[in-house]
Amino acid sequence: MRLQGISALLAATALASGFAMTASAETIKLGVLNDQSGVYTDLSGPGGVDAVRMAVEDAGGAINGNKIEVVSADHQNKPDVGTSIARQWYDQDHVDAIFDVPNSGVALAVQEVAREKHKIVMFSGPASSDLTGAKCSPTGVHWTYDTYGLAKGTGAAVTKSGGDSWFFLTADYAFGQALERDTAAVVQANGGKVLGEVRTPLGSPDFSSFLLQAQSSKAKIIGLANAGGDTVTSIKQAAEFGITSGGQKLAGLLVFLSDVNSLGLKTAQGLELTESFYWDLNDETRAFSKRFFERNKKEPTMVQAGLYGAAKHYLEAVKATGSTDSDKVMAAMQANPINDFMTKNGQLRKDGKAVRDMYLFEVKKPEESKGAWDYYKLIRQIPAAEVTRPLADGGCPLVKG
Amino acid sequence: MIPLLGIPPQVLFGQLLLGLINGAFYAMLSLGLAVIFGLLNIINFAHGALYMMGAFAAWLMLDHLGIGYWPALILSPLLIGAFGVILEKTFLHRIYKLDHLYGLLLTFGLALIIEGLFRNYYGVSGQAYDAVPDLLKGGNNLGFMFLPTYRGWVVVASLIICFGTWFAIERTKLGSYLRAATENPKLVQAFGINVPRMITLTYGFGVALAAMAGVLAAPIYHVSPLMGSDIIIVVFAVVVIGGMGSIVGAVISGFGLGIIEGMTKVFYPEASNTVIFVVMAIVLLVKPAGLFGKAA
Repeated sequence: MRLQGISALLAATALASGFAMTASAETIKLGVLNDQSGVYTDLSGPGGVDAVRMAVEDAGGAINGNKIEVVSADHQNKPDVGTSIARQWYDQDHVDAIFDVPNSGVALAVQEVAREKHKIVMFSGPASSDLTGAKCSPTGVHWTYDTYGLAKGTGAAVTKSGGDSWFFLTADYAFGQALERDTAAVVQANGGKVLGEVRTPLGSPDFSSFLLQAQSSKAKIIGLANAGGDTVTSIKQAAEFGITSGGQKLAGLLVFLSDVNSLGLKTAQGLELTESFYWDLNDETRAFSKRFFERNKKEPTMVQAGLYGAAKHYLEAVKATGSTDSDKVMAAMQANPINDFMTKNGQLRKDGKAVRDMYLFEVKKPEESKGAWDYYKLIRQIPAAEVTRPLADGGCPLVKG
Repeated sequence: MIPLLGIPPQVLFGQLLLGLINGAFYAMLSLGLAVIFGLLNIINFAHGALYMMGAFAAWLMLDHLGIGYWPALILSPLLIGAFGVILEKTFLHRIYKLDHLYGLLLTFGLALIIEGLFRNYYGVSGQAYDAVPDLLKGGNNLGFMFLPTYRGWVVVASLIICFGTWFAIERTKLGSYLRAATENPKLVQAFGINVPRMITLTYGFGVALAAMAGVLAAPIYHVSPLMGSDIIIVVFAVVVIGGMGSIVGAVISGFGLGIIEGMTKVFYPEASNTVIFVVMAIVLLVKPAGLFGKAA
C-alpha cells in the first residue's frame, strides 16, 4: 500500500514537472533520424548524432535559458519507419527540427511529413537533387551535397579527361536514379555518350554479373551510381575480374571517406571523387576533426561534418529570432551567410539548397599515404557556382511563385 | 556467333559461370543447414551469423596474429565449430523436444546478438581481407570471360566439401549411426552409442561448414557484420526448395538457384533479389515438401 502511494506521488510529480517544463522554459529539441544499423551507419549513424551534440555543446547547451536537447532514432532505411518516427517526433515529442535522414527514399518521404506539419527538416545524408527540385519544401533544407554537385564534380572531370563513353551501375531506388540522371546529363553536355545502364537491387552481395555487363558494353568509364556497401563491393570486384586492369575506368560518383577506409588504398587508389569536406583540408577542418576523432575514434565523413554545420546554423537562427517558429527560423537561416569550419560564405537558397564549394579529390597510392586516414589528395576546389544547380532549372515550385 | 535470346553467347556463358560460383556458396551454406535440420530438427537461423563469424575469425587471425589464408581455412572452422558446440551444450539441447518454432526463435535471437556485437565493435563498412595466397591470385581469360583463379577455387572447394559431407553421412558407418540416431535415439543409445554427444558434434560440424564458407567468402565479399544476414534468407529459400533436411536437395538446388539468379541478372536485373523466392513459391505449390524432400 505504502509503496503504491509513494510511486503514485512520484508519478504525479513527474507529470507536474513535465507540464511545468513545456509551459515555462521551453526545451529546444533536435531529432537526428538516420541509419544506426544498416549500410549507411558508418557514414552517418551514431557519429552523426555526436556531431549534432557537439554543435549543441558549442552553443552552450541552452539558448536564452531554454535547454537544447538531442534525440536520435534509427529509420532502418525504411520510408514507413522513417515517416512514423518523424510524425511522432513532430506531433507528440515536440521535436523542433529533424536532421540528417540518409537514404533519399526515406528523405523524400520525411520531406512530405515535414511539409504537412510545417516543421523544419535539414538533410545531410541523402543525395537526391529532387529534394530541392520538384519535391522542394518551404521547410526543407538540403545541406551537405547533392547528386547535381557530384555529377558536376566527378562526371565533368572524368568526361573532360577523355572518358567520353559511359555505362552506369545504378542502385535501384530514388538516389541511384537521380545520380544516374544528373551524371548522364553532365556527360552528354560535355560531349560524351551513355552506352547503357543496369539497375542493381540495393545491397546485392555480388556485383560480378553487373560488372561483366558493363565490361561487354566496351564503355571507357563505368559510372557507379551507388553508395556505401554497394560501392565498396563493386570497386573490389571490378579489380578481381580484371576490369580495371583491362583498360576500363571506374568513376565512383558518391564515395565517402568511410568507404575508402574500408576498401583500403591498395584497391581504391586512383579513384576520383567529389566531396564537400575532408578532414585534412586546412587548420580549421583539422581542429574539428581532431575533436571528433577523440570522441568517435574515426575521422568524420562529410555527412557528419555537415550535421555539425547544419545544427550550428539552425541554433544561431533560433538564437537570433528568439523563436523556434519554422517560418521565422527559415527566414533567418536564409538571411544569414553560412560560416563554419567547412563552409565559407555559404548561402541557403529559397529552394532549400545550401550553396557551397565542393572538392575534387583523388585517392592516394599506398606509398603516398602517411598513415591511417591519410587518403585523399586535392585536385581542385570547385566553386559553388559550378556545382549548384541554377535556381530556375530545378523545377522547384517555391521559386516560380 | 549467333546471339541467344538477344544476348551474345559469350555473355551468356559468363553469366552461367558466375551463377555457378554464387551457387557454390548457397550450396555450402544450405548443406550445413540441411545437416543440422535433418539430424537435429533445429531450424538454425544463426547460420548466417556463424558464417560471418567464420570470415571475421580469418580476418582477425590475419590482422592480429599474422596467420595466413591456408591455416585460417582450417583453424577458423575449428574455432567456430567449437563455439557451435558450446551453443549446443548451453542452449540448443534444451529445446529438442519442443516445437520447431522455439528453435527458430532461439537461434534467430542468438544471430541478432552476435551480429549486434560485431557491428558495435567493427562498424558496418566491413574490412578488407587481402591474404589470398599467390597460388590463387590472378586469373585466366577463357575467351568469353575473365575467370579469377580464386573464384574457380571456390567452386572446386565447394564441390569437394559437398561431396565429402554427403559421403560421410550416406555412405559411412558413422553416418549410418547418425541417421539411425535421428530415427530412433532410444534404440541407438541402447546399443551403447552416445547419442547426445553425437548430436552435439553434428551441430558443431554444421557450424564449421558455415565458418568454412565464411573463410572462402572473405576475400571475395567484404568481411562485414552484415554479410550473414544478406545471404541467410536466400539460403533458407534454397533449403526449402531442395526439401528441408535433404543433403542432395540442398546441394543441387544451391547450384541451380545460383544459375537462375545469374540469368535473372542479365534479363531483368531489378528482380535478381526476388527470383529465388518466386521459384520457392512455385515449388511449394507443386511439391510442398520441396524437390527432394519426403512428405511428412
